[in-house]
Amino acid sequence: MESSSSTRQLLWFFAIAVCVKLLLIPAYHSTDFEVHRHWLALTHSLPLSNWYADETSPWTLDYPPFFACFERFLSIFAHYIDPQIVDLHNGLNYRANSAIYFLRISVILSDLWLLYGVYRLTKNADVKRRYLIWVLIVWSPALVMVDHLHFQYNGFLLGWLLLSISFLQEGKDLMGGFLFAVLLCFKHLFAVAAPVYFVYLLRHYCWKGLVRGFSRLSVLGAVVVAVFAAAYGPFLYHGQIQQVFNRMFPFGRGLCHAYWAPNFWVFYIILDKVFSFFLKKFGFSIQIPAASFTGGLVGDSSPFAVLPKISPSTTLIMVLLALSPCFIKAWTNPQPRMVARWIAYAYTCGFLFGWHVHEKASLHFVIPLAIVAVQSLEDAKHYFMLSIVSCYSLFPLLYEGQEYPIKVLLLLLHSILMWLGFSTKFTRASAPNTMVTAKKKGAQSKSIESSSPAAEKGGFTIGWVGKSYLLGLLLVEIWGQFLHPYLLGDKFPFVPLMLISTYCAFGIMYSWIWQLRWIISTT
Amino acid sequence: MGKKKEKKEINEKVDVEAVEIEDDTWWWLTHKGIGATFLCISVFALLVRVAVSLHPYSGAGSPPKFGDYEAQRHWMEITLNLPVLEWYRNSTGNDLSYWGLDYPPLTAYQSYFHGLFLRFFDPDSVSLFTSRGYETYVGCHSSRKNDCAWHIAMLLLNPCLILIDHGHFQYNCISLGLTVAAIAAILSQRELLASCLFTLALSHKQMSVYYAPAFFSHLLGKCLRRKNPIHGVAKLGLTVLGTFTVVWWPYLHSTDALLGVLSRLAPFERGIYEDYVANFWCTSSVIIKWKRLFSVHSLKFISLTATVLTCLPSMVQQVMAPSSRGFLYGLLNSSFAFYLFSFQVHEKSILLPLLPASLLALEERRPFKWLMFYGLFSMFPLLCRDKLVLPYFALHALFMLLYHAPCGHGGRPRNARPNNTKFDYFDSFKTFMNGFIYLSSFILHIVYLTMHPPEKFPYLFEAIIMLICFYQFALLAFYTNVKQWSLLEHSTTEEEKKLI
Repeated sequence: MESSSSTRQLLWFFAIAVCVKLLLIPAYHSTDFEVHRHWLALTHSLPLSNWYADETSPWTLDYPPFFACFERFLSIFAHYIDPQIVDLHNGLNYRANSAIYFLRISVILSDLWLLYGVYRLTKNADVKRRYLIWVLIVWSPALVMVDHLHFQYNGFLLGWLLLSISFLQEGKDLMGGFLFAVLLCFKHLFAVAAPVYFVYLLRHYCWKGLVRGFSRLSVLGAVVVAVFAAAYGPFLYHGQIQQVFNRMFPFGRGLCHAYWAPNFWVFYIILDKVFSFFLKKFGFSIQIPAASFTGGLVGDSSPFAVLPKISPSTTLIMVLLALSPCFIKAWTNPQPRMVARWIAYAYTCGFLFGWHVHEKASLHFVIPLAIVAVQSLEDAKHYFMLSIVSCYSLFPLLYEGQEYPIKVLLLLLHSILMWLGFSTKFTRASAPNTMVTAKKKGAQSKSIESSSPAAEKGGFTIGWVGKSYLLGLLLVEIWGQFLHPYLLGDKFPFVPLMLISTYCAFGIMYSWIWQLRWIISTT
Repeated sequence: MGKKKEKKEINEKVDVEAVEIEDDTWWWLTHKGIGATFLCISVFALLVRVAVSLHPYSGAGSPPKFGDYEAQRHWMEITLNLPVLEWYRNSTGNDLSYWGLDYPPLTAYQSYFHGLFLRFFDPDSVSLFTSRGYETYVGCHSSRKNDCAWHIAMLLLNPCLILIDHGHFQYNCISLGLTVAAIAAILSQRELLASCLFTLALSHKQMSVYYAPAFFSHLLGKCLRRKNPIHGVAKLGLTVLGTFTVVWWPYLHSTDALLGVLSRLAPFERGIYEDYVANFWCTSSVIIKWKRLFSVHSLKFISLTATVLTCLPSMVQQVMAPSSRGFLYGLLNSSFAFYLFSFQVHEKSILLPLLPASLLALEERRPFKWLMFYGLFSMFPLLCRDKLVLPYFALHALFMLLYHAPCGHGGRPRNARPNNTKFDYFDSFKTFMNGFIYLSSFILHIVYLTMHPPEKFPYLFEAIIMLICFYQFALLAFYTNVKQWSLLEHSTTEEEKKLI
């Protein structure tokens, strides 16, 4: 009874989100739309051996094989609805309503998998926490902006991640590991958390004495190998593994994306620029390379004038270094309830120090952090700031005027809901049931004071630092949207974007440091 | 026996507790006070509106006459470029057959201000003559932003209103907002302010006259109860006349000008009905061909009489026993009377009964849901023509979801369990009939979208939709009238009690 009503309520949350997403169908979509449409055509029209070799369109398949199979599955329905969607040549840049509706609705439906992940995670949580997590994940504005406007399938992929976390939290490590392996074969970008998984599973699942431990290790190993074999086996058979890996890991893309993700390298680049500026002033001859970052070009050469060049292996080492405290903690004290934090921390490090990071990758740690946001007041405050900053950093993705009110309103609505939800959860020390009882039963029960001393002390408030940072966010937006075009016109068009990246990078660095401190300080 | 009683008590207690726990569903939304909740809902409503404005609008890309959007843009063009006196007059500059102004002056002033704003950003869109059919992006975009910004009402997620204003494209928000403000003023006993606001609403869209009988009878009833009724009536009359004078000032210098405007507002030559609106004349025209039997002049008279007669019961009730609840019912009844029986009614006019129905939503939950469902359904053919099918379904679903929010105010009230078996048959028959009609309406949606009507009756589906909706509206109008009269008995019994 309890569970069926909670399922219904979860479905209600989902249905409201679906209505809004349906209304957003005719909105802007990026080239990612054409990318996915092409992949539908590719997987439908060509045999397996040609999937990673085809050159019909510049949008080549760069996700692992399971995602390609997912596209193949969708293409069956697409073919049924309108064959031209999946036509390899005639479907190029196909923009008919049938294509748009089909692809948009496929994203909406694939969010059901995310819903399942959320359901599993919150099955055993108490009512208020459950609702709060639902609001934070099912109604997440970042997911709406990236999946349903810009166009991607992150909801579906994050569903696998959340499912895996839910199994780990319940202690079912084998299942959790299996699901993570499956996720890796959907999108390899999630592999950043693989070391954490490895350490945790080794310590928690396999460290149980010589014989038993070894047998468990082999079982786990066998499962993971089986998953990878199922994914890559057919390509190994066709002798295409090298081609597949070339497509999946296009390292010729440069340290930063055309629009800088708000990560650590933003500071590195700015430092480089500052140094080169001052050194030039002092008379040193500094070569400013052609493909400068501010030009927005993306290339293989990492054009740093003063500071040392960064290579992909450097970034890998930095990520692993940042992750090391987490490894130590996971090794010394592997607790299921800490899993979500560690995984989110792993993705944060990957975002901050990784190679060619997209700003969309912030979803990978913001969504799992929603699970822990409800656990304590400090977590809630941290999540409030992080969620707003990461959502704001996604604004440049939707640069057309007609989406402007939508993205602003989405962020505003999310902030209000978070504020209301968190302040409810963390201002009342005593259960609200008693308060309602007093209302309903009248004079019978003692009237509970609405503000017990403990509650007042621990209310959900943002300090002046946080408030001024958020105000700064608003000022950055006002500058970018109104003052810059008014005062400077068309000059320095990259400045507003640079400003957004840098400002948000501060916020994300703060989040990283906060998470690191939290992980280190727990036993 | 005692054990059973105890068990029952425990069950009740558990029930109540379960209710409490579930009531906590929305406690987090409301515990910071009504202001925070209102803010939250308004932001969501704004988001929905902006999302709807992404969809096509009436007449998008269809020359030569385009649609309502073009009408609004044309009015901005006219008001900006021509002097005030010319706005309603047919001239070389102002060709009235191409979307002439047919709303009162406040709409014209509003178009003027919007035009000023638009001219600042995009002068080409409002230059005389050359801008006909101008459809760029900027024009669309900023006009809709204005629309959102003007919104003052409470009932922000009314799908009919959202679809008509932000989809089809009109500015009903303003006149409805002014009406809501007037209603609020009446409910807080500020009658002069209420009459001023309602006069403004009337000067914005003449359709607000649907509410006039209710306002009139309520205020009259209130005045009669005072010690000095003439004094009260005089004050109200002066306020109304004063507001009218201020708004209509440019046109009051001669009867010619005034009549010119008035004739644009009441286009009798368009006939007693157009298209397939679910009111009495159109529905009964299936059997009685009114347009053939009577002239326009006699039809005017017949419809006026019918409207007045149907308004009369509610007006009389309010004059005899004015009350806030009765006022809201009065609004509902008079707007229903006008919708069902007046001259030249549009499908969009269902917005007018919907407004008081939404204000009464807490008391009349089921009727409100019915009215919303059938109101939307009656507009379905219009919205299909505007290619607003997706927003229609999405908003309809959103409304139904919010109506049935988990442990919100929708659905069956918790404690309503019919105890008496005698009424069971009637209840189940009612439920069956309602369910049957709901189902057929739902099927009709699909049929309308997918199938073609037979050659002999090209408007068969519209006619069926109209019949169903009219039947429901008539039932609802009858029910609400009865409800309003029952308030009279209630109040008289209370008065008797007081006397005793």
